[in-house]
Amino acid sequence: MKLKQLESLLGRIQQFSNPKLDLEQYPTGPHIASRMLYTAENTFGDVNGKVVADFGCGCGTLGIASAFLGADYVIGIDVDLQSLETASQNAENLEVDVDLIQCDVKNLSWRGQVIDTVVMNPPFGTRKKGSDMEFLSVAFKVASQAVYSLHKTSTREHIKRVALRDFCASSAEVLCELRFDVPQLYKFHKKKEVDIAVDLWRYIFFFYLGSLCKNIFFI
Amino acid sequence: MRLLTHNMLSCNIKGVTNGYPLRLEAEKWTEKEVDFNAKFLRGIFPKIDWPALVGSARALGFNDLLPDEAPDSSLLASDDDLLRRFHRALLEIHVEEGGLVCPETGRRFPINKGIPNLLLHEDEVQV
Repeated sequence: MKLKQLESLLGRIQQFSNPKLDLEQYPTGPHIASRMLYTAENTFGDVNGKVVADFGCGCGTLGIASAFLGADYVIGIDVDLQSLETASQNAENLEVDVDLIQCDVKNLSWRGQVIDTVVMNPPFGTRKKGSDMEFLSVAFKVASQAVYSLHKTSTREHIKRVALRDFCASSAEVLCELRFDVPQLYKFHKKKEVDIAVDLWRYIFFFYLGSLCKNIFFI
Repeated sequence: MRLLTHNMLSCNIKGVTNGYPLRLEAEKWTEKEVDFNAKFLRGIFPKIDWPALVGSARALGFNDLLPDEAPDSSLLASDDDLLRRFHRALLEIHVEEGGLVCPETGRRFPINKGIPNLLLHEDEVQV
């Protein structure tokens, strides 16, 4: 599938009808989502034929994009039922299969290493400090191949330090800087629409080293 | 929720040491055809907890779909019929309404419209 084709399909996804501020629900637009998954597949081969999980999936954009690019099994996790029901509807409309689970990502308990790749647009941690890091730490525990996530460019140094030092990723790389359109969703937004710079990250682990280190940090 | 997802989930209530597998209670389920991909199935086979998969299929009334004992992985390479039954159990059955029950505490997590609700109450969260 071509990038433009993916972007246009993702444009048909219905987004939050009633976004919740405390969950930092900002839709991942088709531009950013298509580039994120297209890179994951075409540069690194982390999507086709894989089990992919979308953490904090919202209306399912990243999970659905993974399914379009040939992921064999896609799971979306979110705490908000309303979003999950929209995601379910979106998957049905676009004729892809995505399994959905209502759960707080940090409270999920997984058995074994079934998930290959985690993709996510986590809360940026602006409203609830540290929530972005909570998502990352769980993603690192369950992904056996790679983790992709979006974070504000202004937090780049912090993310790199935590990923490499505290979470023992063997590599944490910014693949590109993207513009995230934040439409005027909430009352506290003064401007009609703002652009924020976000980084697309890819993290990988040397499996044995990672699991050893993970045990030390997550007991 | 499909049975591969069920196969991965365990109960995460504070203090629970034996939260796997969650007992599946199904009130309504459907089947939907999915493209058959032998390579994917052979790759995921070693990561599957076989008794949990057999148990979940039985809970839905598929008593003879899968053998009790986990087949040898070499059999998956030669036995196309077995691989297709594995495919059906893992990927084609969708539980729409029902619940997941923690084997240790009996806590029931409901499944509505195909979405299991695994949210924990405040006093169940691990610190």
